[in-house]
Amino acid sequence: MSAAGTATLRHGQDGDVVVAAGDWTIAAAPVLAAEVAALARRHGRSLRVDASGIARLDTSGARLLLDLAGERGVDGLDATRRALVDAVAEADVAVKGPPPADGGLVALLARTGAAAEQVARDASQLLGFIGLVLATLARCLFVPRRWRLTSLAFHLEQTGLDAVPIVVLLNFLVGAVVAFLGATVLKDFGATVFTVELIGYSFLREFGVLLTAILIAGRSGSAFTAQIGSMKSREEIDAIRTLGLDPVEVLVLPRLLALLVALPALAFIAMLSGIVGGALVCALSMDISPTMFVTRFHDLAATRHFWVGMSKAPIFAFLIASIGCLEGFKVSGSAESVGTHTTSSVVQSIFVAILVDALAAIFYMEIDV
Amino acid sequence: MNAPANGSDRVIEVRGLRNQFGAQVVHEGLDLDVRRGEIVGVVGGSGSGKSVLLRSIIGLNRPAAGSVRLLGTDMMKAGDEERIAVERRCGVLFQNGALFSSLSVADNVMVPMREHHDLPLALMQRFAALKIALAGLPPDAGAKFPAQLSGGMVKRAALARAIALDPDILFLDEPTAGLDPIGAAAFDQLILTLRESLGLTVFLITHDLDTLYTICDRVAVLSQKRVLVADTLDKVERCDDAWVQEYFQGPRGRAAERAVSSSKRIAAYAAPTRN
Repeated sequence: MSAAGTATLRHGQDGDVVVAAGDWTIAAAPVLAAEVAALARRHGRSLRVDASGIARLDTSGARLLLDLAGERGVDGLDATRRALVDAVAEADVAVKGPPPADGGLVALLARTGAAAEQVARDASQLLGFIGLVLATLARCLFVPRRWRLTSLAFHLEQTGLDAVPIVVLLNFLVGAVVAFLGATVLKDFGATVFTVELIGYSFLREFGVLLTAILIAGRSGSAFTAQIGSMKSREEIDAIRTLGLDPVEVLVLPRLLALLVALPALAFIAMLSGIVGGALVCALSMDISPTMFVTRFHDLAATRHFWVGMSKAPIFAFLIASIGCLEGFKVSGSAESVGTHTTSSVVQSIFVAILVDALAAIFYMEIDV
Repeated sequence: MNAPANGSDRVIEVRGLRNQFGAQVVHEGLDLDVRRGEIVGVVGGSGSGKSVLLRSIIGLNRPAAGSVRLLGTDMMKAGDEERIAVERRCGVLFQNGALFSSLSVADNVMVPMREHHDLPLALMQRFAALKIALAGLPPDAGAKFPAQLSGGMVKRAALARAIALDPDILFLDEPTAGLDPIGAAAFDQLILTLRESLGLTVFLITHDLDTLYTICDRVAVLSQKRVLVADTLDKVERCDDAWVQEYFQGPRGRAAERAVSSSKRIAAYAAPTRN
């Protein structure tokens, strides 16, 4: 291994010469660049360079030599190195600085404005897409030839059946937690037996369906975006179009219909497992036996609450599927874009699900159901 | 440019290479040498294991048997540090560029510089701009992202990244695939220029007969799980293997040969006194 590069100024009879020696490679570049800059500051680019002592030279070193002396000022190069230096000199290095970094208040306002505009645009796009999907659905619904049953079955399995274990587990645990909470709060009033009501109300009306929707948004909505997005980036969507097929019909409808079936079914299972979780805690730590739990549960007018909860499931399903698919179609080109839109799909789906749930709660309260 | 490591002028030495995936044997007893400063083209039918050979040489695929020596180092037996030192002296251009999509072209070129050298940002940006220019891209390409580039520009940007650390060996996987004929010819010339000026050794896989005739010093034919013949084009063409004959004597092969020999004649007339 030879020594790191050096540049030493030597005063001779025919003017000053910089003697370059050692390795002029990228590894030595930081030191050399500083030396070159110092020499150039003092002498301008009028110096001549004797490069015959250089052990190793690469493009980075050649660039620095040129900084020091200009193309004609480098002596002592053999043919190969001359070719290297010439090639570097010829490559027109019009260095463009990085774009000026904008910061401060203006940037903050600009980004806020851009984000607000984006929200408005997203909302209008989503409405447009929902319209498109509904129109396509109406067109295909009465033409059995255009039902894609294989695809529907596949997505039913993916979004419905495969999600059962996680939905059951999650709701069971939340059910147990709610029961514990109820027991703790209600004990002071001697009303622990009302835990049954607490669990019944919360799971039938809200938790069962909302937890399922949030899970499905993270699990299936994101999958829809990633699937359609990667198809988009590999031009598969364009291929579908050129084959005379409608991407909405081929890709969106099976996913939408599958979710419309799967999410209510999962919500039902979620309610059951939440209530079982609650009942278990009641039986184990509050002396409310399962028989008593069921008896009290009957007095609850449970059917009404059940339908209140279930009525929201298809709406969530429709919104999650629409958002997931739309975000997939928005993907452009790169793999990074798939990631960005998947994130956006999940965030939007969960936000919309909770928003709709809150609106529904107000609505049902007003009509006194 | 640099002295050979141990007096040998073979920068790539593959001996008895054997690759197999499950029951399917891709290579069996494959030998190949590449000498310093030459451009070697590897040809072979689809599925003959060209890319697997490339991946074995650059260490992305561990062969079942055999040895690969790069720049005098046995890559199978070398320790991590030694292997990384050799890998830094290799530049690879993947078939689809493999540019990092979240980084601009200039940042892509700076990735190896950042990783392996401690350079100030300004200096790194100047070197990156230099590589981008050497690869034949306009200066404003540096700020662009891979998704904004055309196919030809992606290849050039990937080439700029491959030569970021001034490698001794440049590996190219189908460099001209997907380029229009003008772009492909320009890319061929670019590789020739870089070889001359940077003293590169080039190992390239190609299906492009024009590339073979224009820039390759030697051609290695991959067939029957080994290198059937590796020699200058004239000799390879005379090899009496059915596949080789069909490859070079088929209508496309003949057309490419005609085009190149006539352009060489024209060049000879145009510049009779050069050197």
